[in-house]
Amino acid sequence: MRSAIRTTDRSVLRVVLALAAAVVAVGVSFGAIAVAAGLPGWLVSLSSVLVFAGGAQFLAVGLIAAGNPLAAVAGGLLLNARHVPFGLAIAEAVGGGWGARLLGSHLMVDESVAVALAQPNQAARRRAYWLTGAVLFVAWNVGTLLGILLGQRVGDPAALGLDAAFPAGLIALLLPNLRDRETRRVAVAGAAVAVLATPLLPAGLPVLLGLIALVLLAIPRREARW
Amino acid sequence: MVIAAVLALAVGTYAFRLSGVILGDRLEVPDALRRILMIAAATLLAALAATAALTEAGHYAGVARPVGVLVGAVLAWRRAPFIVVVLAAALTAAGLRLLGVP
Repeated sequence: MRSAIRTTDRSVLRVVLALAAAVVAVGVSFGAIAVAAGLPGWLVSLSSVLVFAGGAQFLAVGLIAAGNPLAAVAGGLLLNARHVPFGLAIAEAVGGGWGARLLGSHLMVDESVAVALAQPNQAARRRAYWLTGAVLFVAWNVGTLLGILLGQRVGDPAALGLDAAFPAGLIALLLPNLRDRETRRVAVAGAAVAVLATPLLPAGLPVLLGLIALVLLAIPRREARW
Repeated sequence: MVIAAVLALAVGTYAFRLSGVILGDRLEVPDALRRILMIAAATLLAALAATAALTEAGHYAGVARPVGVLVGAVLAWRRAPFIVVVLAAALTAAGLRLLGVP
């Protein structure tokens, strides 16, 4: 993705608008699924404003619906720990003053970091970061609201196949990462562990247990290099 | 409880975001650790997708949902647009249920 968006401001805008359209679509499915899972609409919308991290929000809703809010927090935070290295990489682009840091940090998502890092100099990185982050924040929240309204109109989510839409959407979001061989091996093994453990463990734990694949497959190969 | 979970996730996520920005010029994260975090994120989401596709409240789900997800996954693999993937999965599952498939 990074090399595909090494561009000038005008094409940054084009990229951002394409990303925004996709984010609205994901937001709609998130809002509809969260409401279908039994969460109140206002709380779903509030989570999109305050958390603003699609993957973690999907994970949290799945685990809350399964009856395990503690696993929802643990899994969501584990997922969002990647923002620490993102912040280290992008600190300059966010800005120097405290106002810029406090506000700009909240606009940090995978896409705003990737688009900013693809720019040739610091001024362009800063413009790209703020533009991408701000547009996607609006897109995500508008999408969530539309999804909530849609979800509240639909009585039984299974009749519309919404329960199949959620995992399919997740897989679509994941696929770019899964084209990397090592990531795919670990992720598929983790998914298998989680599915096999589901009848045996309380709700929420199987998904976290999937990380055992990371411990077994990915970390040992690196220790020599650390 | 659910409200507290959402707030805890929001506060923790914001703390992650801000801490990286503040430490930005003082700390270097090894590339290997950065990559491990990326793989961990992909693994968690894959585990969530698989359990959501195949299980329901601690049991294995019926047929309609996994088949719908499979149709969506194949379309995603062939680089269909996101909205097509989601709609195809939903319509497949809904159609199968209409035909009486569990």
